[in-house]
Formats: sequence, structure tokens, C-alpha cells
Amino acid sequence: MNDRELPVTGPAATASTTPWLLRTPAFFAAVSVAVGVIVGGVVLLVAGFNPILAYGEILAGVFSSPRNVAAAIVRSTPIIITGLSVTFAFRTGLFNIGAEGQFIVGSLVAALLGFAVNLPAILHVPLILASAFVAGAAWGGFAGLLKARFGVHEVISTIMLNWIAFYLSNFMIGLSWVQRPQSEASHKIADTARIDILGAWKLSEQGLAWRAANSGSFFAEVLRADVNWGIVIALLLATAVWYILNRTTLGYELRAVGHNRDAAEYSGINVRRCTTLSMAIAGAIAALSGAIQVMGRTQDITKLAIMEGNGFDGIAVSLIGNNTAFGNVFSGLLFGSLVHGGSRLQVRLGAPSEIIAIVIGTIIFFIAIPNLMRVIAALYRRRATRSTAGGSSK
Amino acid sequence: MIVSIAFLLGQTLMYASPLIFTSLGGTVSENSGVVNIGLEGMMVVGAFTAAAVGYFSGNAWVGLFAAGVAAGCFGLLHAVACVTFNADHVVSGIAINFLGPGISYFVSRLLFDGATQTRSLGLDNKIPRPLNGVFASNSVPDLLLNRYATAYLAVVAVAAVWFVLYRTRLGLRIRAVGEHPEAADTLGVDVKLVRYVSVVASGFFAGLGGGTLSIAIISQFRPGLISGQGFIALAAVIFGKWRPQGAFAACLLFGFAQALVVFLGLRTDALPTQIMSMLPYALTLVVLVGFVGRSAAPRAIGRPFGAGETT
Repeated sequence: MNDRELPVTGPAATASTTPWLLRTPAFFAAVSVAVGVIVGGVVLLVAGFNPILAYGEILAGVFSSPRNVAAAIVRSTPIIITGLSVTFAFRTGLFNIGAEGQFIVGSLVAALLGFAVNLPAILHVPLILASAFVAGAAWGGFAGLLKARFGVHEVISTIMLNWIAFYLSNFMIGLSWVQRPQSEASHKIADTARIDILGAWKLSEQGLAWRAANSGSFFAEVLRADVNWGIVIALLLATAVWYILNRTTLGYELRAVGHNRDAAEYSGINVRRCTTLSMAIAGAIAALSGAIQVMGRTQDITKLAIMEGNGFDGIAVSLIGNNTAFGNVFSGLLFGSLVHGGSRLQVRLGAPSEIIAIVIGTIIFFIAIPNLMRVIAALYRRRATRSTAGGSSK
Repeated sequence: MIVSIAFLLGQTLMYASPLIFTSLGGTVSENSGVVNIGLEGMMVVGAFTAAAVGYFSGNAWVGLFAAGVAAGCFGLLHAVACVTFNADHVVSGIAINFLGPGISYFVSRLLFDGATQTRSLGLDNKIPRPLNGVFASNSVPDLLLNRYATAYLAVVAVAAVWFVLYRTRLGLRIRAVGEHPEAADTLGVDVKLVRYVSVVASGFFAGLGGGTLSIAIISQFRPGLISGQGFIALAAVIFGKWRPQGAFAACLLFGFAQALVVFLGLRTDALPTQIMSMLPYALTLVVLVGFVGRSAAPRAIGRPFGAGETT
């Protein structure tokens, strides 16, 4: 496993006779999503639930109120960003399984600097974001360096680094200057470090009075969710990732390495440097996701019993988004919405909300099979030839 | 002192046994050239199936076997994707890691009144301890050897896998298709069939590993039970240079680290258990950097094989 290349997934180039639509990545992703939804429906049916009703509940869980739409977006934000992290590495031919650990490192840094440092918000927020960025870059870049220097496969090293980050975070939370008394969590971050939207105001006396007076209004409804500026940062990051990958020399080199390592080396690109740099940037992005989650939502970090899965979900988001910057935004919103809407299934229908994991897993399973498109295309061709052969009768 | 050491070593074997089974699965699969990052999900499937079937049948051995079969089905899924459709092994494995736990929790909620944890097996219905009561309680041989049957089975399985891989025709073929599938193909070896067998076997072993956790070490399936053990087993495969005996040693090391955490946790607060828990992972990194040569991996690992196709 040390030395192998990962093929970039996506529909393999098919024969030119294949219809144009079948060759587009978006169509491929859409087919996979459709298959996932259908398989999920069949599983629900077998288990004795009405799939139409169940998917209806999920949709209602997302679109029934401005609050739910906002909550779905909030749920999507961290995994859009970890997805971008995975995408960035993927385009250099690297598999960043380590987004999970880099996320933890980012949230750890945000929590520590959030309560330990005293600054006005205008400096505090950028300081935390920059620090998380640097820490994540170091964490991810280390895996890149191990790959570049020693040929340690990044899948293995990042799995190890995930667990080291996990225990490091739990260890730090246990320290006396970090731990909030009578809790298994860190101190809350200062108000100047928060990036939630009117978070302090909406729980103040004034805010509560306003919300009571205007209850049911669009704005009051939205405020019932944990709204924060994270989604704006996520969109900016998506743009930045797109720009770096597609419009800069660095991005060109990174993609060249991802496309063909040997050819890139031969053309004078420093493959080792690209490997380290790509993992460093990927790590930095994932760490930003963790920091944003703390600053925008949780305001502290808790001792973890198990991995939360933000990084692993990011892998799914990236794969479903065809490993493109803006694809991540769509697939992240899809994933986040499914999870948010799916949480209603248990309450309303008594149907296990784990159906979402089954749907997501099925989607990825079919995305793993780029040849699927070739098979479909072959079937299409066969039918096309058959219909032209017997075309005179029609 | 001697009692402490015996306690530690006994616990080591206990904690290592699920990892041993699973890493044997990883060893077989990777030797045939198929990366199996889905071991984690397969372990979850095994842990749940063992607990559920064990609970309803009242027989832990039936549960354990069912665990192997259920996880083997997920191995089959992985094989279909990787061998037949030339899928990316890692991506397919990640899909398994979503599907396995998803289906396990889903079925658990259906069978156990909406709970994601199964009801406990009675103490008499768990995997038995064959040497229980043979030695005086808490004596050195008791602490050392009074273990669940699966711990012994795991050791036997290591020997069996070693024998199959290095002393049988099947083993030669498994290693051949992992090393140079085209050459094996010209010699008339059915590359796809051998890989299918290996990947399904790896699922079976991962299932046994999960089952060992749920119905031998504890007595039920619950969320977070596996949490990363499949990945650790994968690390053990690489740590052990893709050989069953090497993976076995790596698992014992990881098991020892876990036992040490428990041992020290019972006695002192001075050494933070989190730092102790970190050690196996840090150690793996060090070993990967320092000792595992680049040439250790089967040559064709992760590479799809399609007769007559250019991929």
C-alpha cells in the first residue's frame, strides 16, 4: 500500500459514440444519487416502511420552515469545508483520510485561543482562523512530508494522525487550565471569538423579547437555528480552492502530479514539494472547518468518546461532488440536508434514521465504479444499434 | 509484580484477539492485491450480527459464525466492485464503512425496539472460557490463560492463515495474483476468482473480529464499540509487512498498549491515559518511517486487473 497510485475517480473516458450527457460528471453523480435514493427506498420498503412517506418526511424536515432550511445549511457547513479539503488533496492524487484529525486540531486551536486570548473581535477572529490554518497545515503537511520523504502512504499515516489528534484533544481538555469546572468540556470561547449571527443577542432579554413579539416571522424563525457566518466562509473557500486549482501555476502543477506523477516529474515539477504542499493546504482547510464549527456553533470542545465523523463525511461529500470545488457545495448541502431531515424519521415514522448512512454508502459505492457508466453506455449503444437495425418498421 | 505482569499479558491477548482476526482478513485481501479499508465497516457488521444472532439463538458460536458470514457478504460486495467492476479499492472501502454501520444500526433499531444497542447476552451465553476454574482464581496461570475461547482461536487462525498462504497452492496463487496478476493469468490462474475468495475471506475474518468484541469481550453490540479497531487492524497489516505472523505481533503490541492503559488507569492518575492511548499510533508512524521498506507491499496492490482490458 506504500507506493501505489490512486486513480482519480469519475466517469472513465468512454467511446466517442457515447451520448454527450452520459459522459458528464454531473450526470454520473446524479445517477449515483438516484441509485442511492432508490436502494434506500427498497430497504425502507423491505423493513415495512412507506418510502414515499419517509422521503416526504425528510423533505419536510428540510423545507417546511425557514428554520429548517437554515439548520440544514448549518449542518452542511463543516462537511462542505472538509469536503473541500479532501478534494484539494484528491486532485493531487492524494487521499486525505486525515480530514477528521485535522478538523479536531482546528477546533482544539480555536477553543484554546478562543478563551485564553483577549482581543477585540476584529483581531480575535482572524487570529484564530490563521492559527487554525497554520496548525492544520502542519498536521496535514506532516503526512504529506512522510509520503514525499519516506514513501509512507498517506491513507495509513493520516489514519494514525487522526487518532493522535483525537487523544491529544481529549488530553488537552483534561488539563486544569482548559477544563470548565463540572464538565467534560473546555471553557467557552470569548464573545469576541464567536462568528454566530446575533448569537449573544438572541438569548439576551432584549432579543428574547423581540423574538417573542415577532415569533413566526422569517427572521425570528431563522434565528431559531444555530445560524453563523460559516457558510459564507465555506463559499469563499470553495471559490479559493477552485481558483488555486484551475487558475494558478501551483494548481496546474498539483493537478499534473495528480494526473500522472511520472510525467509531472519528467516535466520538471517538484513532485515531493507538491505532495507536501497539497496535504498541508488540505490540512489547513479541514482545520478551518473545525475552527468554524467551534466559533460558529459549539463555542467549546467536548471530550470525545468516538470520532464525530466530520472528516469522514467530508470524504463522502467530496466523492459525491466529483472532487470539484463547487461540486462540494452541492453535495455538502445534499448530505447535510439528508442528515438534518433524516433525524425526523425516527420521531415521526419510527423508521431508523440510519437509512441516511445506507443511502450515502450506496451513492459512494456506485461512484466507486466508474465503469458503471461504461456498462450503461454499452447497453445504450446496444439498444441504439438494435433500434436502427429494426428502424424501418418504426 | 509477577501477578501484575500476568494480568497485563492476559489482558493483552484479550484485547488483541479482535484485532488479530481482522488483520488476518486484511492480510489475505491485501496479499491478493485488493486494498480493504472497509475492514472497519465489516467489523461493525460482525459485531452486530454476532450479538443479535447470539441473543436470539442463545448460542454464541452460532452468533460468531453468522458474524463471519454477514461480514463475508460485505466482502463479496467489495469484491464485486473491486474485482469485477475495477472500482477504486479505497473508495469502495469507504462506501462499505458507511453501509456496514448504517445497515447494522438500521436492523438493530428494527429488532431491538428502536435501540442501536442489542440486549445483553447472559454470562452463560457468551463465548465460553474453556480454562475457567481450572486454576485458582487470580493466580498467575489463571490471569494468563483463563481467556475466552476466541483468543485461542485467534492464535490458531494465525497459524492456519500462515499455512495456507505459504504452504498451499491456494496461498501461492493468492500471493501470485497480488504480486503479478498478468503473470499468474498466463499460467492459467483465475485471477478474479482468487481475488474473490480472498476478499470474501477477509470479510469473514473481520466479522469474527467484530463478533469477538461484542460477544466475548463484552456481551452486546453498542454504538462506538468498534470505533477505529478496523483501521488499527489495517495498520497492523502494514506494520506486520503484510505477513500473518507480522500482523499477529503488531496486534499483540496494540493489545498490550490497550492493556497498559487499563492497567495504569486502575492504579494511577499520574500518567494520562490519553497519552498512553496515543502510543500505538505514534509507534506505527515511527515504524512506517523507519523500518517498513517500500518493497514490502504486494506489488499489484490496489491495481485493478482486467483480462484483455487496459486500465
